[in-house]
Amino acid sequence: MTQYEAVIGIECHVELKTQSKMFCGCPNAFGGEPNTQVCPVCLALPGALPVANEAAIAHMIRAGLAFDAEIPAFSKFDRKNYFYPDMPKDYQISQFDMPLTQGGVVKYWLEDGTMKECRLTRIHLEEDTGKSSHAGSGDGRIAGSTHSLVDFNRAGVPLMECVSEPDIRSAKEAVGYLEALKRTFVQLGVSDVKMEEGSLRCDANVSIRPVGQAEYGTKAEIKNMNSFRSVERAIESEIARQIEIVESGGRVIQETRGWDEVHGTTHSMRSKEQAHDYRYFPDPDLVPMEVSRDLVERIRSGMPEVPWKRFERYRAEYRINALQATQLLDDGPLAAYFDAAVAASGNPQQSLNFVLGDLSRLANESGTAVGASKVTPALLAELIGLLEAKTINSKIAKGVIERTWQTGDSPKAIVEREGLAQTTDSAAIEKFVDDVLAANPKVVEEYRGGKVGVAGFLVGAVMKASQGKANPAMVQELVKKKLG
Amino acid sequence: MDETVSATAASIADAVNAKARSAREVTDAMLAHVDAVDDRVGAYLTRLHDLARAQADRVDARVAAGEKLPLAGVPLAVKDNMCLTGTRTTCGSKILEHWVAPYTNTAVARMLDAGAIPIGKTNLDEFAMGSSCENSALGVTRNPYDPGCVPGGSSGGSAAAVAANEAAIGLGSDTGGSIREPAAFCNLVGFKPTYGRISRYGLIAFASSLDQIGPFARTVEDAALAYDAMAGHDPMDSTSIDRAVESTADHLRTDLRGLKVGLVREFDTEGLGGEIDAVYKKAYADLEALGAEIVEVGLPSAKYGLATYYLIAPAECSSNLARFDGVRYGLRVDAADVGAMYEATRAAGFGPEVKRRILIGTYALSSGYYDAYYVRAQKARTLIAQDFRTAFASCDLIACPAASSPAFPFDSKSDPYSMYLMDYYTIPMSLAGLPAVSVPCGWVKASADSSPMPMGLQLTSPIFSERLLLGAAHAYERATNHAALRGPAVGAPA
Amino acid sequence: MSSDKIDVRYVAKLARIALTDDEVERFGAQLGDLLEHVQALGELDVAAVPATAQVVESRNVQRADTVRPTLDRETVLAQAPQRQGPFFRVPRIIAEAE
Repeated sequence: MTQYEAVIGIECHVELKTQSKMFCGCPNAFGGEPNTQVCPVCLALPGALPVANEAAIAHMIRAGLAFDAEIPAFSKFDRKNYFYPDMPKDYQISQFDMPLTQGGVVKYWLEDGTMKECRLTRIHLEEDTGKSSHAGSGDGRIAGSTHSLVDFNRAGVPLMECVSEPDIRSAKEAVGYLEALKRTFVQLGVSDVKMEEGSLRCDANVSIRPVGQAEYGTKAEIKNMNSFRSVERAIESEIARQIEIVESGGRVIQETRGWDEVHGTTHSMRSKEQAHDYRYFPDPDLVPMEVSRDLVERIRSGMPEVPWKRFERYRAEYRINALQATQLLDDGPLAAYFDAAVAASGNPQQSLNFVLGDLSRLANESGTAVGASKVTPALLAELIGLLEAKTINSKIAKGVIERTWQTGDSPKAIVEREGLAQTTDSAAIEKFVDDVLAANPKVVEEYRGGKVGVAGFLVGAVMKASQGKANPAMVQELVKKKLG
Repeated sequence: MDETVSATAASIADAVNAKARSAREVTDAMLAHVDAVDDRVGAYLTRLHDLARAQADRVDARVAAGEKLPLAGVPLAVKDNMCLTGTRTTCGSKILEHWVAPYTNTAVARMLDAGAIPIGKTNLDEFAMGSSCENSALGVTRNPYDPGCVPGGSSGGSAAAVAANEAAIGLGSDTGGSIREPAAFCNLVGFKPTYGRISRYGLIAFASSLDQIGPFARTVEDAALAYDAMAGHDPMDSTSIDRAVESTADHLRTDLRGLKVGLVREFDTEGLGGEIDAVYKKAYADLEALGAEIVEVGLPSAKYGLATYYLIAPAECSSNLARFDGVRYGLRVDAADVGAMYEATRAAGFGPEVKRRILIGTYALSSGYYDAYYVRAQKARTLIAQDFRTAFASCDLIACPAASSPAFPFDSKSDPYSMYLMDYYTIPMSLAGLPAVSVPCGWVKASADSSPMPMGLQLTSPIFSERLLLGAAHAYERATNHAALRGPAVGAPA
Repeated sequence: MSSDKIDVRYVAKLARIALTDDEVERFGAQLGDLLEHVQALGELDVAAVPATAQVVESRNVQRADTVRPTLDRETVLAQAPQRQGPFFRVPRIIAEAE
């Protein structure tokens, strides 16, 4: 039987996080009352002119640098001409042959930690359209609707389009790639990437070919995928559909297909016979951009470490497993906190245990982010120091960190004030052991009868009697010695 | 009739600033004059009686408070492709016939801030596409010097208004000659500044890389006052130039000593007919008599100007005019689906010349033709601009005709291309972004029994040299004073 | 330069202007004439000439990312050919893969 592999490329539209729109001063905010965030420019009133938002351009440079893309010295805006009711000018200001970023590589990983790469073709800057809602079809869909209602609040919101090379080979890889984009853009502050608010929208070009074949098969473009989960399902369904066609002797045709979330299948979106002819040309209302190397370096120096580099560092230097590393990386501030804690404590493993364990739990319970809590990385390092010095054991530490979380008091002060330091005084420990053995003659009997497992019970009882302060190793040793 | 209506902007502003006359008196006299004569001229599409009086009262209050305003009380005619809050702004098109602008064009706002009084919005070739004003869908404008002739275009309404003393200053927009040609036809000074000197924000675009606002006036000094009020950077227009503006009205010259004036080898006027040729030969001799050194310069690519322009301007307009789609404002012709609605709306809303230009521009940008037409035209544009740079290495100014003929009778140019030829002398400067001014330079009779009609001398100079250009134009005007030879047939003060 | 005959119907479709048969014929002839004149540009040797999109040589004209006042919604919708509540209303959009 022929084995097939999928060849997938992804086009992603991501709304940039700015105060104002791309070419005018209207607010870039989701969810306003319809047609209240508009002005002559974004409504395309006669005579209005665009002026580019410098923050959006800086975001593009950030996004490009995150993926080691080339930032050309010269870039410009072009008009993409086509009519659509929610596009006010009936052309979109976009970038055609000289985008702000060219090339680049998205490094991402799968659940098991395998690193993958997908090359970027380009990332270019454009403006979003308004939103149409379709009425009369009952289900809000365009098919069968009788009319549409248009809200232009979103029109002119800055949008970047990330176009990938066809380097992706499975639905899981597609999701890994998208997660990498999302993680990166969120952590750079470039976008909020809220798919449910439409701030990330993607299309996938999917084709299949027999393993070993160099040429690409005919691709279908899949649209209407509203979550990473639906991207995964849609691509899987489309791969299966194409394999079935080819296996049964048919041919895949080049077309656009819509993902149907309810039925779990893609369906053909019949395009009108008219070919698109966008008549791109340089926008004469805007002047070209010259991106100085100085600006690029200034932006680069202000960027945090990008997630994939952090991932590789965590894996290689700290031996953190893929799942935990991902958990940290999906929360940029948490990862930054972790890095600070490691720097202060010199102990990655303990730092990781606290950050993903007690601190994350406390953060969940309280609604305060770890980074914003009273447990500063320095205080956490102090606590880890107490553990390393065996001044306290891990059980006591749990209580101390809760206290620090609430009060901000230093772990040392808490331990001292409340007398929580471990007892290493062998006479005192011996007294606890003697008391426990005396109180449990039957258990002692069992042990001596060969049931050595009960030692654990006795050790626990000694620890309890010492209120957790006895050094566990000393207790263990002493119990065994006394039982002979 | 009140003599005030024919007063220059400079003298009106002086009188109002000196409190010898109030802006309100000037305005009332002007409105009365417009109401009396404009039915015969047709300069205005909309008269702004209330707005004008309210603005006049504001100006009087400011003057009373001690302010000196450079255009205090000066009656202003505004081409109806410039937005003015609360006023109908039509572009001479059915598609915008009832559209009321909710914001104001920057140049208009600056004129009003300088004390000018908006008398009304003036007729134009639809979307500024034309050279006779005959392409307006909303009215006919007549040449005040001969009501049987066109006023020129596309800014024909503003030109006719100033010529018929229905305003002291008119605002026009010039894409390929739309200020300079009607100025020549109407015995006026018409000035197109360097591209980017005056903001386009609120000017309804025809061709973005060429459109430029400028004034009509009856004297160079008035044109200079208006330019000084409007010029300067506007953060709302990315193509507006952020560079200090040299004032012009206080630097007008009385001679041309020390200046070299270039005559263009390729713009020989002999082919224009003996009478016209004589007018220009005399004009060049007058420039020399004022002290200029006359040199010959070449503009070898200028003959490609028309072809270049009729690809670039339509290409830009095909995209700029896409927004007139019946969705957000303007005309809508109902249809079953949105695509059919677009097509019906635009078919009914645009006139034939606008359709022609949208079609040619769409074609020039379309797949397979882009490089052959649009890109090639852009490269020709580079050559034309280079020609001027080379020419200006050996001269300070270039003198040539503003139009190849005087104003012509209505309906005499039915073939679109013969109309396009009217802009032969003005298009190259537009493509190069240069400042250029048309100044009255003599009178010619189109035929033995017709009345003499004015001609215009075009002067142009390097970018940003408005002070030199208007200074020289003033010296020529002062020495020759051709404009004063005849008054208009319609609109002359009693 | 090519001197292809202009397909007026196709171009009018792109430009979204309905044309009558009469207009197709008339515009076709007029645009053909204009294209004849434009062929003159073919004489120019422009191989090494850069294209001029704009005569201003400005670069990097950008605005600070700050919010400015918006238009009043009623002012905006008052000019709408058809509105429904706070929305602009348009006839049925025929689904197409855009």
